[in-house]
Amino acid sequence: MDILRITTAGSVDDGKSTLIGRLLYDTNSITKDKLEALEAASKRKGLNFTDLSLLTDGLIAEREQGITIDVAYIYFSTPSRKYIIADSPGHAEYTRNMITGASTASVFIILIDARQGITEQTRRHFYIASLLRIKEVIVCINKMDLVDYTETIYDKVQNDFQDIIDKIGFDEQQVHFIPVAAKDGDNVVYPSQAMEWYNGPSLLEYLEALSFEKETAQLPARFPVQYVIRPQEDKYHDFRGYAGRLVSGSLKEGDEVMVLPSQRSSKIKSIVRGETYVKETAGNESVIITLDDDIDVSRGNMLVKATENIDQLVTIKATICWMTDAILTTGKMYLLQHGINRIKVKVTAVGAVLDIRTLETAQGKHRFELNDIGEITLKAASPLFADIYEHNPANGNFILIDEFSNNTVAVGIIKG
Amino acid sequence: MSRDKIFPEELEHEAIYILREVAAQFERPAILFSGGKDSISLVRLAQKAFYPSRIPFPLLHIDTGHNFPETIEFRDWLVKETGAELIVRYVQDTIDDGKVQEETGKYASRNILQTVTLLDAIEEFKFDACIGGARRDEEKARAKERIFSVRDEFGQWNVKKQRPELFNILNGKINPGEHVRVFPISNWTELDVWNYIREEELDIPSIYFAHQRKIIERDGLYWPHSDYLNISADEIPFTETVRFRTVGDMTCTAAVLSQADKIDNIIDEILAATISERGARIDDKRSEAAMEKRKKEGYF
Repeated sequence: MDILRITTAGSVDDGKSTLIGRLLYDTNSITKDKLEALEAASKRKGLNFTDLSLLTDGLIAEREQGITIDVAYIYFSTPSRKYIIADSPGHAEYTRNMITGASTASVFIILIDARQGITEQTRRHFYIASLLRIKEVIVCINKMDLVDYTETIYDKVQNDFQDIIDKIGFDEQQVHFIPVAAKDGDNVVYPSQAMEWYNGPSLLEYLEALSFEKETAQLPARFPVQYVIRPQEDKYHDFRGYAGRLVSGSLKEGDEVMVLPSQRSSKIKSIVRGETYVKETAGNESVIITLDDDIDVSRGNMLVKATENIDQLVTIKATICWMTDAILTTGKMYLLQHGINRIKVKVTAVGAVLDIRTLETAQGKHRFELNDIGEITLKAASPLFADIYEHNPANGNFILIDEFSNNTVAVGIIKG
Repeated sequence: MSRDKIFPEELEHEAIYILREVAAQFERPAILFSGGKDSISLVRLAQKAFYPSRIPFPLLHIDTGHNFPETIEFRDWLVKETGAELIVRYVQDTIDDGKVQEETGKYASRNILQTVTLLDAIEEFKFDACIGGARRDEEKARAKERIFSVRDEFGQWNVKKQRPELFNILNGKINPGEHVRVFPISNWTELDVWNYIREEELDIPSIYFAHQRKIIERDGLYWPHSDYLNISADEIPFTETVRFRTVGDMTCTAAVLSQADKIDNIIDEILAATISERGARIDDKRSEAAMEKRKKEGYF
């Protein structure tokens, strides 16, 4: 069974949590006891209906304020597929949490309140979807019930959105629009009776029909060594395996591989998945690889095919989102973590910083504050075995760690 | 629907990746082992992650003294079978040391007390990573949990200051005294766990299967009758065919009426269930935020 990871963006006012609640409710994914708890909680809040949004706002502080602060992960499945929804906050001050939710998603759902149309927030959400190069974007124009299910209002929002796509979108991206009324479930799981002018699929029907070809298998093989397996028992005395999760591409028995950074070559002797020997690995599997030759390989090294070499980056140009209250300026040092590998880096230049509210470049701002997104140049203490994000997203991202607090302070995508 | 290969393999690859990161990033990790299906799955994943080596971390069991005897029996069998190292620490010792007080009244349980025993054990062995079988689908506070979740010196979870967790990157860097709780099966649902147990043909404690048991009815739930449960005169024990959907203490885990005696029947039952797994956990019912509050204090 495959897994589809989705992120949703939109503030509580757009009905995002209600939409998710409805998706769960209409797929019978909410059990009776949870529903009863929701009914009781709704009553305590003085509501005369069951507020499905209370299902996802899991923290005391969120329920107090009626907003989503942190990402919540929600699960449901249909007979054909398992869904993981990252319910992400929409407010500008929680942009970092939205990026967290979106970083693992292959579908990005943006909610728009039909009465409001496109807002500053919509632009920001779409910007983040495009920044992370999420190819599948679904725009749910919600609260159609509050505009009498008027087709022209839906059309206008769709037209207005086209302007943003022209400005911020990218070629391979697919943006699909659906008019919904999440509160009553129109076009969420079941088609709406109230909007006969809409002939397209409901949200779930659309999701069910999406097919994701294993694009990563076509990319160059990238195998970071996570852990060296050296059993102590006599029986396996000569066993030396390199455990890791294939980031992209595929590898098979007998392939000529090169170890980075040493550039020593060898051949793949065997591939072990779980407790089984397999001929080949693809599609982000966790495996163990053994080599023909006894060469030096340790954690942080990367195996690539001899024919699929990689640029070793020492100067890294990237777009980052800054995720902490402290300020980033030129000259500061951090630990960069790329996959499993940590390397010391120094900020050598701060380029254009975006104002996340207006999406305009902030003039003369050469520092990053919380939630800022912008360009940066880093110098690494040793080379990074990374790809450009646009070419191979899974091997083109990193985080920055503050060495004093140990916190994750930024996420970056590699531009060159 | 064919049930041959339902379990999403991607979840196993993800969990193995996480377990290997624990082994690489930390000096003294341990698996928090309860004897329940989730921690049994974790042990299996750890076997696969490090094959053909042995599991490189010990199993830590916090024994409340109120466990089902079948769970303890199973635990000891599994340890023998896998060759894993087992460490047991007892809530009774924590009580005897005067660090916590036994609850009283008809809802008395040792569920909250065990947090203190756990934190003491973490300090005693200087564990820097504790691997748990908690899942995000279980409960709404757990839905917010990171895969690597940092705890301060007091074992506390600071929900407002969680580290952002991006892509597949796991940042396990901590300061002395802190530790990380690691949840490799965060993205699994109850059904995923059962399908995994089924497809891996894992053994599980007998109380998961239908059996005859003495129970009492209280607050609409069936409580297992035991020496540890305080019952009143009008709560009269009777015998029924039941099973347990989740395994906690005998004082806070309710039974369900069931005839399911095979994994396939259990899966059918879960598919048709109208009550959630934790609906049978009396410890969650104390308030809407019962889990969040316990987690902030360092609970599992």
